[in-house]
Amino acid sequence: MTDIVQPNNAGVQAAPKKRSRLQKLAQNESLWRGITAIAVFLLIWEIGARWDEWFGKEWMIPGVGLIPPPSDVFAAWLKVLPKPGYWDSWYQSFKRVLSGFLVAMIVGIPFGLALAVNKYFRDVFFPPFEILRPIPPLAWVPASLIFWPTNEMSIAFVTFLGAFFTIVINVLGGARTIDVRYLRAAQSMGASQWDLFSKIILPGTLPSIFTGAAVGMGITWEVVLAAEMISGGGTQGGGGLGFFIWNSYMGGSLEQIVVGMISIGIAGYLSSSAIRLLGDWFMPWRRLF
Amino acid sequence: MAQDTIDAEISGTQGDTPGQSKVEIRQVSKAYGDEWASESVIESLSVEIMPGELTVIVGPSGCGKSTLVNLIAGFEKPDSGEILLDGSKVKGPARDRMVVFQETALIPWQTTYQNIVFGPKLRGDLKGKALRSEAERLLDKVGLGEFKNKYPLQLSGGMQRRAELARALINNPRIMIMDEPFRGLDAMSRGLMQEFFLRLFEENRRTNLFVTSEIDEAIFLADRIIVLSNRPAQVRKVIEVNLPRPRDYKMLSSEEAYAIKRDAMEILHEEAMKSFKSGTKSDFAEAYAKSGQ
Repeated sequence: MTDIVQPNNAGVQAAPKKRSRLQKLAQNESLWRGITAIAVFLLIWEIGARWDEWFGKEWMIPGVGLIPPPSDVFAAWLKVLPKPGYWDSWYQSFKRVLSGFLVAMIVGIPFGLALAVNKYFRDVFFPPFEILRPIPPLAWVPASLIFWPTNEMSIAFVTFLGAFFTIVINVLGGARTIDVRYLRAAQSMGASQWDLFSKIILPGTLPSIFTGAAVGMGITWEVVLAAEMISGGGTQGGGGLGFFIWNSYMGGSLEQIVVGMISIGIAGYLSSSAIRLLGDWFMPWRRLF
Repeated sequence: MAQDTIDAEISGTQGDTPGQSKVEIRQVSKAYGDEWASESVIESLSVEIMPGELTVIVGPSGCGKSTLVNLIAGFEKPDSGEILLDGSKVKGPARDRMVVFQETALIPWQTTYQNIVFGPKLRGDLKGKALRSEAERLLDKVGLGEFKNKYPLQLSGGMQRRAELARALINNPRIMIMDEPFRGLDAMSRGLMQEFFLRLFEENRRTNLFVTSEIDEAIFLADRIIVLSNRPAQVRKVIEVNLPRPRDYKMLSSEEAYAIKRDAMEILHEEAMKSFKSGTKSDFAEAYAKSGQ
């Protein structure tokens, strides 16, 4: 056998030295920057809210009302933390978001893929889809309150809509922009239609599925809160963080309104983090550097 | 040797030995667009790719080289004419014609190893131990033994090209189609890849079609160079390259290589000028930049 030239494998990094998890966390500059940013933000907020207290009423910016300072909000938070009603609001909202979101994924992903791979399906279903898509989820609230028998179902339906359109559009776009060379290479090697779908199109669409999921999750939180405020008010209200805020407003507790708002922020952050983690786990080829 | 027995095993399923296959392109035409606004890319083109030879196609950029590759590979169908592989008509893509694409077409969500075993696993014609040992042999041959569990994005440009060569070779195609495979590599890696590819070819003399727009690359690799015209593509000239094998870079400065280069450059320049006159300025700029090299 003739000798084959072996070009060198330069340009590939050696694995970094092993460090403990805690050490890594402590040395993570992004983490520290994030913590500092939040701290500075809270500080400015505190100063702003206590401005008149410290410098007198005449220094207040005209036309601006009172916002509770973060220290008061924190105190209010500590007060509601042990109450089961507060946690029930979390549970109710999470339940609605997750159910609406999951149904949107379960229906939206196959629907988007079908739109992408089948021309006839696309010809038939894309035009009505595109007409319904620009309608904001909140515009559906009155109609769904009339249509669905219970409040709970109409909230679930509206949250579903919030995520559904975004997921479908992302899946469709992702599946349609897969590099044709991957499909051709697979075809040359003898791939069947099913192989092309399961080994090229589906994994190739995963990044778009997760992008759609992350955006859709955000919209779901926006929608569920608004839907809770609109439909959940009154005695037969089903609770939830949106209802918690609305209730605090009715009760005149400024601090508690802000507690509700921040709770939503944290809930949304937890949801997107979960999606990011899942994405990393499902797509190991993307977390490389 | 182990290699020969495995090669024989695969080719046994196909009833052919590498290096004996011939491709005939007969009066092939291909146009894009509608009836009223159609643009002819290839017009009654006839080319023969001889068994066991390395045929290189050069032509001005945008002349239809990639379209020709797609037709031979079976990704697209000619409007008229036919393409024959060992006498039988090409109907669609199949493992007997493997393409190594421009840039890289390694599947990003598969590791180097998974990419290489992709074809045999799909078809199930090479399994278990035999598949593993054949994949390992090819990985070692392309110098990627230690990188088999890396994803394509973790490999350098040159390593990606070598992985792709291995992925094509494991399918034991009758003809390898290389569509500007080393485009986008830096000069150093490109030179190394050319040498590597040449050794690989000289080792088993599989029928090869290599498409490029670089005349030096063409001369260095080819047994025959086919110079194509501006769009619609037609054969302007066929040049036999009689430089001895195994080749090395010094041969590029020989009298014969210079003669071939002058010959081919003249035609390419002429074709580039035509493209300029037909109004596609960007094509001209690109072709002109290449002729100056």
